[in-house]
Amino acid sequence: MSEHAIQVEGLHKSYGDRPVLQGLDLTVDWGEFLVLFGANGVGKTTLLRVLSTQARPEAGTVRVAGYDCRRQATAIRRQVGVVGHKGFLYEDLTCRENLTFYGRLFGLPDLRQQADAALCRVGLSARADQRVRTLSHGMQKRLSIARAIQHQPTVLLLDEPEAGLDAESVTMLHDLLQEWGDAGRTVVMTTHNLEMGSAWAHRIGVLTSGKMRSQDTSPGGDTPASLRQTAEADR
Amino acid sequence: MTAFLRPILVMAWKDILLELRSRDIIVSVLVFGFLVVVVFNFALNLTPQRVTALAPGILWVAFAFAGVLAMNRAFVREQEQGGLEGLLLTPVSRDAIFLGKALVSFVFMLIVEGMLLPVFAALLNFSAWSLTLILTVVLATLGFATVGTLFSAIAVQTRSREILLPVLFFPIILPVLIGAVEASGAAIGAGTGGAGTGRWLPLIAVFDALFLVICPWVFSYVVEE
Repeated sequence: MSEHAIQVEGLHKSYGDRPVLQGLDLTVDWGEFLVLFGANGVGKTTLLRVLSTQARPEAGTVRVAGYDCRRQATAIRRQVGVVGHKGFLYEDLTCRENLTFYGRLFGLPDLRQQADAALCRVGLSARADQRVRTLSHGMQKRLSIARAIQHQPTVLLLDEPEAGLDAESVTMLHDLLQEWGDAGRTVVMTTHNLEMGSAWAHRIGVLTSGKMRSQDTSPGGDTPASLRQTAEADR
Repeated sequence: MTAFLRPILVMAWKDILLELRSRDIIVSVLVFGFLVVVVFNFALNLTPQRVTALAPGILWVAFAFAGVLAMNRAFVREQEQGGLEGLLLTPVSRDAIFLGKALVSFVFMLIVEGMLLPVFAALLNFSAWSLTLILTVVLATLGFATVGTLFSAIAVQTRSREILLPVLFFPIILPVLIGAVEASGAAIGAGTGGAGTGRWLPLIAVFDALFLVICPWVFSYVVEE
């Protein structure tokens, strides 16, 4: 196992003429739970896309689970689970069919067993044979979380995962992420909910002007109000 | 080899299952193809003498536009449901993703063509039971599906995807289309006879082989952000 779960040095990424990430440095340890804050368009989602190999960095080095994102992208994809704004789910397949489909692509053994375990973990066992299009938005989000965790990734990347979830589902998500961290796996999550993020995280990173300003959440550390002030300074 | 083939078959099976449940591609393409032949039948005032000369062209106009429609819809479904991004997050090679999508387009187009061909043959009064004609359809469809899958992946990322796909697709596929019309003409007795078939079928096969090498390679750059 590599020394750090995530190691980013001098990351640059732009869309057209607009630079988004400008020399970003970041290190995340195994078992750490990092929450990313920042104003809209500051590059939180872009950073997650680079870490998950969905976007290529223009400059800098990015290593996830010890693998280089340019040369070993396939190895990274085995180690990473992603919950994005889109669910990556097929509406005319059932919950279990969606999970077994992705399970096959990940080459998982005992597909049905793995899918059922993931569905159980997000409280969707009773809906296993229901088509995705018949589920509520919150349930689809929970299924998306099940899809992301079923191959037991060592690094979990979540982009505003609480959006669309009811209070009970947010508690389920919190328990799941704590469990993930306790098992020595790493979680990186973006959110606009400062209170929730501050309470859940081991460490908070605030993105401003395409760079990372890391802060801790120890007692007496930054308050949600001061974090908001830092995050909004970039607007 | 099995490790490379398995994800291709898994993706193809997923698309077939989705189509069996939604039927939104095959039914619409089938109706479109049928309408094309009916419209041509009336618009061109097809006499038995003209039918033999015009049938191959009508056949491939219908197949080509029906194919464009099918491939457009297949990628729109992936894009709308975020499935393509989901596929790109799996440890499956980009080549395998491309070939999985191309395989399913090939199968869908063959199904539609298999259903349209007897209808065309009945309406235009030619025999569809020719091995050369069937081979021409299979080879040309393979080229259509390969090139169409690549350009669908490009077009689906733009706002004007319905226009962009045919604009990109037809200039590249033209040699296959010409070959298919000529070989079909020879097969149904409207062209230059057996010699024509002999010239055009290898040409279509060569283009297929080229497309099968180049398109998966280009696809990996197309889906890269």
